[in-house]
Parts: sequence; C-alpha cells; structure tokens
Amino acid sequence: MYEQFEHKADVGVRGLGRTVEKSFEECARAMYAVMTDLSSVKPVKIFNVECGAENVEELLVEWLNSLITLTDTHNYFFSEFKVKIENNKLNGSVKGEKINPKKHELLTEVKAATYSQLKVFKKGKNWIAQTVVDV
Amino acid sequence: MFEKISENKWSIRKKGEMKVPVIIYGDDYIIDELRKDYARDWSATRQLINVASLQGIEKAALAMSDVHPGYGFPIGGVGAFDVETGVTTMAGVGFDINCGVRTLTTGLKYSDVKPVIGELMNELFKAVPAGLGSKGDINLSVSQIDELLVQGAGWVVEKSYGITSDLKFTEDNGVVKNALPTAVSLKAKQRQYKQIGTLGSGNHYLEVQRVTEVFDEKSAKIFGLSIDDVIVSIHCGSRGLGHQIGTDYLPFLAKASRKYGLKVFDKELVGAPINSDEGRQYIGAVNAGINCAFANRQAITHLTRGVFEKMFSESSVKVLYGVGHNTAKFEKHDGKKLLVHRKGSTRAFGPGCKEVPLKYRSTGQPVIIGGTMGTHSYILRGTKLGMSETFGSACHGAGRSMSRVQAKKKWDGDVLVKSLAKRGIIVKAHSFKGVAEEAPGAYKNVDSVVNAMHNAGVVSKVVKMVPLGVVKG
Repeated sequence: MYEQFEHKADVGVRGLGRTVEKSFEECARAMYAVMTDLSSVKPVKIFNVECGAENVEELLVEWLNSLITLTDTHNYFFSEFKVKIENNKLNGSVKGEKINPKKHELLTEVKAATYSQLKVFKKGKNWIAQTVVDV
Repeated sequence: MFEKISENKWSIRKKGEMKVPVIIYGDDYIIDELRKDYARDWSATRQLINVASLQGIEKAALAMSDVHPGYGFPIGGVGAFDVETGVTTMAGVGFDINCGVRTLTTGLKYSDVKPVIGELMNELFKAVPAGLGSKGDINLSVSQIDELLVQGAGWVVEKSYGITSDLKFTEDNGVVKNALPTAVSLKAKQRQYKQIGTLGSGNHYLEVQRVTEVFDEKSAKIFGLSIDDVIVSIHCGSRGLGHQIGTDYLPFLAKASRKYGLKVFDKELVGAPINSDEGRQYIGAVNAGINCAFANRQAITHLTRGVFEKMFSESSVKVLYGVGHNTAKFEKHDGKKLLVHRKGSTRAFGPGCKEVPLKYRSTGQPVIIGGTMGTHSYILRGTKLGMSETFGSACHGAGRSMSRVQAKKKWDGDVLVKSLAKRGIIVKAHSFKGVAEEAPGAYKNVDSVVNAMHNAGVVSKVVKMVPLGVVKG
C-alpha cells in the first residue's frame, strides 16, 4: 500500500508493507504515482538497481534517486519493483516501459528524493518508508 | 515569539543554539501563516531557527515575504556565511540549482498581440519543450557539456542560439567563475544530454505578459517598459543535471557533516565548512549547475525569439534581465567576503553596485517576481536599504500556501483552464492535474507578498504585469 502526504511546496511519498523491503517497493510506487497513472505502465523491460548507504533511511533516498536517474536517462516509467536489502546494501529490479505521452498521462516530474521528513520505521505490523520528493 | 520591528519586519530573538536572530519580512497575514504551522517539525519557522543555528552565519537568518517550508532551509530564505568560519549547505541551494526567471521585451504592444494570442501560444507550446520527460533539440556530448558548465549562457550563444547582448543583461553575464565540471558526476551529465532548452515541470512556465501598471516611470523608462507592453517571462532551472548534483551531494555532505562534527539540526541541512575540500568541491559543482541553468534559459530565449520573429516581423525580442533563485554565491557585503545562500530568493542588488549592468546602475537591478498563472507578476528594482538589510535579496514569487496534494483535491485542472480562458488567459499544458497543482488559489496573494517587501524598502515596485498566455511546464 502506498500514499502521498502533504508538504507545502513538494510532495510526500509513503510506502507501507510487512517488511522493510516491501515498504521500499511501495514507496517507489507512491513516487511514480506522482509522475503518471501507474496502471497504464506495462512491465515490459527490466532494469537492475544496486545502491548502498550508511543507514536504512539514507538507503531509501538512494533507492528512489537511482530510479529517478533511470527514468531521466532512459526515458522510462516503472510500475513493478523488487527489493532485497542486506547490511544497508540494496539489490533490486524494476520493470516498466518507455514514456509515451499518447499512452501515459504526464503528471509532475520528480526532480529528486530529499532527506526531508525521511523516516523508515515499524508501526504495528507494518514497516513505513517515507520521504518528501522535490517536484 | 514573533516580535514586530516595523509594519513589515519581524524578528525571532536569538536563543538556545541560535548564533544569530531570525528576521522575517511580511505583513500580519504572512506571520499568521507561520504561526499556524509553527508546531509542525517541518515548519518554515523551525527551519529558519535551524539555519540561524549554523556555524559562521552572519547577521541573521532571513525570510522574505514569500517564505514557506522547504526541505531543511525554507523557500524564501537567505543565509550568508563567513567564508573562513562558515558552512555551505545543500539545503540552502536545493535540487534545482539556479532555477530562475528571464524576462524578454518584445517591442510589441497588447494591441499587436491580442488578435493572435491563441496562435502565439500554440506556436510557443510547440517550440518550447515542456513537461515531464520533454527533450530538446540540442544533443550534447559529455565534452560539450563540460564546456557548457564552464561557459554558461555564452556557450549557447556561441553555438548561434542567441545574441551577445542577451548575456549583458543576465545576472553574472550568464556565467559564474570557478565551475568544476570534474565535481559533476557522469550521471548528472547523462541526465542533461537532451535537456538543454526544456522548461521542465512543476512550477516552471513560459508566460506572455502585458504591463498593466507602472509605479515608477523613471525606472520603467530605463528598463525599457511602458504600459501595454508585451513581455515574456521564462521560469526554469538547471534540469536533470542540477537535480543530480543535489542528489549526489546530499549523501556526500551528510558524510562531510559527520567528518567535521557539524551539528545536524535537520537531516536535510547537512553541509561542509566553506573552507574545506568537501565545501570547495560542492561549491564548484553548484557553480557548474548555475551555468547549466543560465545556458538553459538562453536556449529557451532563442526558441521564443524564433516564434516571435516568425509571427511578428516588427518584433524585437531583447533580454530585459535574468535572475536566479536557488544559488550560493561569493559576495562582498560591508567589506566582508561572504557565501550568500538564496533558496527561493532573488538577488536584488541596489543602485551603484558594479555587478549590475551599466544601463541599470542608477536604478538598481531589475528584480523579477513571478506570480501565478491567474495573478500578477512584478518587476521591482533593488535598493540601497536592501543591500544593507538583506544582503541584496528579495522574494521570488508568491510562495505556496497550500500543498499540491490538497490543491489537486480542491481544483479540477480542466475547469481552471476554462475559467482562466474566460478572463483572457490562455493556458497550454500537457496535464490538467499539473494545472490544478499550480492553481492560483494554492499560492499566497502575490500583491501582499510584494507590497511587504516594497513597504519595508528592501525593493521598490516598477511595473506590474498580467498573464495573457502560459505554457505550463
């Protein structure tokens, strides 16, 4: 499950899941929902993503920013996300398709994931991964 | 907590970790907005107090009248730091390095443009790539990008996308020194291959405007402006390259903060001593990003000029002035060398400053304030008081008062575009939801924001414009 939360100038993205990994995947979905209608993006091509950080919160930002860079350099939207995390190192894969204005609604471009309101924590049974993205 | 110094100037006294006080420009309404949000951990007021607590900050953490929460550092915020003892912080520049506005005069009057405004906006919408994923016609190699990062707007002019006088009337003549392309990652350069000459999205726009009020005849004449003039304002930044510099340097500066034992008051407010290898590297990268944005606005100027020349043989598109909003610059104030961070704030140098082109040296530099797609924009001028009070800085726009999530719930982009059309404002956009996010009602009242700065004497009003047409990014 994912949701967007309020920030005066930008947009907050939040992923919820039973594991940290799932919350990272859902958070990525929340971010792509800022850019387009996720249901219109077919998982046609797969890309691998590897990144690392000093702690799990900074890792979330690295993960989201790796995806933004992929989107910007390859002109792809993504709709499926898989994440494995070990010792603050992330190994993941994403599936999506080339951005096509005829097929995909072009909403707001995300410039970067920030450290603002950045949190990764467990609440009840769920892990929550959230941050603010700059648009 | 907010003490009124004068009608449009407030302060928060130095306490706790704060090295200097906070000074805020704004009327009662603007202060009320700050009061409402104060308790939230992301509030603009908390962010200002954090900035006032950074080491080496000079005089005060300043908030212009369009202040609203940013990430770590408020938008509409200014922080100047001693170059020996101070820090540079990524949050004081942000991800969209040197996002700014360039305003062009066209030599046309409203009566020339009115009959064909629809066609003009269609042509501009076709000529200037806008919105998510838009790509420009200029494809660059890595070595060309390296040249561009050093030469800024001049590189673009050299490639025949503009004329030399465009540079003369741009802040820093469209290029800052000491840009370090080697401090910019390959990823950042790859993001920029096809993005020169594109608007981007969010709050970026290209607006055709009509001058509807002149406040200061003498300065307006020097700026070459009079009533019913048609002018064009281009609001955009450094695109993917600038965003990636921010992205790359966020963990880099988080590490540097730990290395130098800097107290981190907010995760985003990480930085490095100005006088350190890390600080120098970051500033070198920022300078490259600044030049990239200058180059981008130059390329869009060229595309805009092409449309006007095609449609109006009598037009003469000239750069009035270009300003940046998200910058860190070495400047001398009261004889002291400082690094001035402006996050969502316009440099507003006053009369007599050598950095201001000769043509404007008697008035002070033109200060361009972008409103929303349904309200006014302004051109102001810098003042001597601004030089002594705000390090020569002013507000940059209306400033948001409502989140994008809320705005999308409250307004329907389709309906908004129709209601603006009824008022004679043509909006061209790729996404109606994007229009709803930028609804005029989601912003503070730009007239109050500008009046607060004007009444405080930090800037002085010259002309007011209304939009005729908007290409929304």
